Amino acid sequence: MKRKCKEDKIFLICNTFLAILFLAVCLYPLYFILIASFSNPGMVSGGKVWLYPRGITLAGYEMMFTKNEIWTGYGNTILYTLVGTFINLTLTVSAGYALSRRTLPFRRGINLYFLLPMFINGGLVPTYLLMNALHLVNTFTIIVLMGGVNVWNFVICRTFFENNIPEEILDAARIDGSSELNFYFRIALPLSKAILAVMILFFAVGHWNGYYNAMIYLREESRYPLQLVLRNLLLTTQLSAETSDSGMAQLLNLQSMKYGVIVIASAPVLILYPFIQKYFVKGVMVGAIKG
Amino acid sequence: MKEKIIYSKRKLRVRLKQHWQLYLLLAPPMLYLLIFNYAPLYGLIIAFEDYKPYLGYLKSPFVGLQNFARFFNSNKFGQVLPNTVILAFYSLLASFPFPIILALCLNYIPSTRFKKAVQNVTYAPHFISTVVMVSMLNIFFAQSTGLVNNVRDALGLDRLLFMGEAGAFRHLYVWSGIWQMCGWDSIIYFASLAGVDESLHEAAIVDGATITQRIRFIDLPSLKPTIVTLFIMNTGKIMSIGFEKAYLMQNSLNLETSEIIATYVYKIGLLNQQYSYSTAINLFNSIVNLILLLTVNVISKKLSDTSII
Repeated sequence: MKRKCKEDKIFLICNTFLAILFLAVCLYPLYFILIASFSNPGMVSGGKVWLYPRGITLAGYEMMFTKNEIWTGYGNTILYTLVGTFINLTLTVSAGYALSRRTLPFRRGINLYFLLPMFINGGLVPTYLLMNALHLVNTFTIIVLMGGVNVWNFVICRTFFENNIPEEILDAARIDGSSELNFYFRIALPLSKAILAVMILFFAVGHWNGYYNAMIYLREESRYPLQLVLRNLLLTTQLSAETSDSGMAQLLNLQSMKYGVIVIASAPVLILYPFIQKYFVKGVMVGAIKG
Repeated sequence: MKEKIIYSKRKLRVRLKQHWQLYLLLAPPMLYLLIFNYAPLYGLIIAFEDYKPYLGYLKSPFVGLQNFARFFNSNKFGQVLPNTVILAFYSLLASFPFPIILALCLNYIPSTRFKKAVQNVTYAPHFISTVVMVSMLNIFFAQSTGLVNNVRDALGLDRLLFMGEAGAFRHLYVWSGIWQMCGWDSIIYFASLAGVDESLHEAAIVDGATITQRIRFIDLPSLKPTIVTLFIMNTGKIMSIGFEKAYLMQNSLNLETSEIIATYVYKIGLLNQQYSYSTAINLFNSIVNLILLLTVNVISKKLSDTSII
């Protein structure tokens, strides 16, 4: 018995080290970006910044304020995220609710109609040509509408409602003279705050972090969301600057700012998600049990 | 029970009338899918045509399977197909064990606060955008200023241009993906572990089982259905490996390994405007993916009695 206890102790010590290793590996790159954004760019690129900021300066952040495209992008992203998430929620959650109701006629067929897009789609060019024909290319509308019904999240919602809204409550409400819509908005939704929180998070993060649709469908730079601005700023310049000698000055210029840009682009989501974290497990599990 | 039977036998018209408000809820999302997901399917016919925008879908000349044949015979086929498959399988196999290890690790941390801290931090990378992720790769692996090369330099090794190295692309892609998704993917395993019957562990402890033995004989077997389902599901998604990260990591120097079907379809279709050719390549990809998914679903049904569809 004693030997086994000792073995467990060794295991627990190793386990703690493993946990610390996971923690450090995930945290350090993020931490480095943060301290680098407050440090002297020369010291950062010279490899002098490791554990704490050195040569503390806000020059990078100050320089960012002179770049108008970043703030236009920021404003656009906030707008796209707010409107887009609202559209996502309205379409996906109500579909999930309606199809969670077992008494609905043609439920199976409609369900299939919602699931099929997961397996077959027109792909890039046919979708683009259609959007072009509908005069939606280069508009605000297309950015907030794209991905409006998310099939996977629809399944999560449907399963949640199936398991959490008992038919008995509905029967009781019906006897009290409540209509279907009334029941949905007054009873079913308020009972489903957990899943709504998860959905808001999933959709909002998707809009905040997305660049693909904007890259495909937007032409005008004044409409670019933050991620697309960042891509042009950080990614297109970086390698071209590194591979040519004349790019070195340009690179140093960018160097002082890029850490700060990454911080302000990621901070809103990273600050927000721990508050919704307690609902994650529920949201992820519900979707996994019934795919 | 009796009531239910009566209910389902009630006349359809009555039931439709009773549920009309639910159809009202369904109408907007159904209309949305019709326009944004089903209508583009009609455009797939250009994969079999030599599509000319001024002629339209119906009047463009029909060429049969010519676009597909052109892709199979082009030298790009031998490049983008293996690149896609290798990247996807490498990613799937390498990233699979980590979330399981993390979940087991978390499960045996005695302090709740420390556990919460590890969870919160390991989830964080999931919320970083692809653009920021690739920017961070550029920062850490930069040749003259990056952290990794600074360490190499200090150890007396050469500085390498990682981001412009065809041989490094897959490793960077896969391992940065593991860094980003490990914590998030562990949630499902962690939740399954929390659902393991406590009495099994209690009985094992009474019998003098060590933690290692409990992991081996209780935890891992109870994770097995989840592991199998997820592995099969991810295998079914192999051909739809993401465009976003590969495209952002791409440059003229690493194209040899980083050009995958998705990025090639984009370049051919939207940048070069060879609409028909691009659609054909994408359709080929979708069909392979669908076959893979259906096969995997059948295997899954036989092996673990869990089907995805």
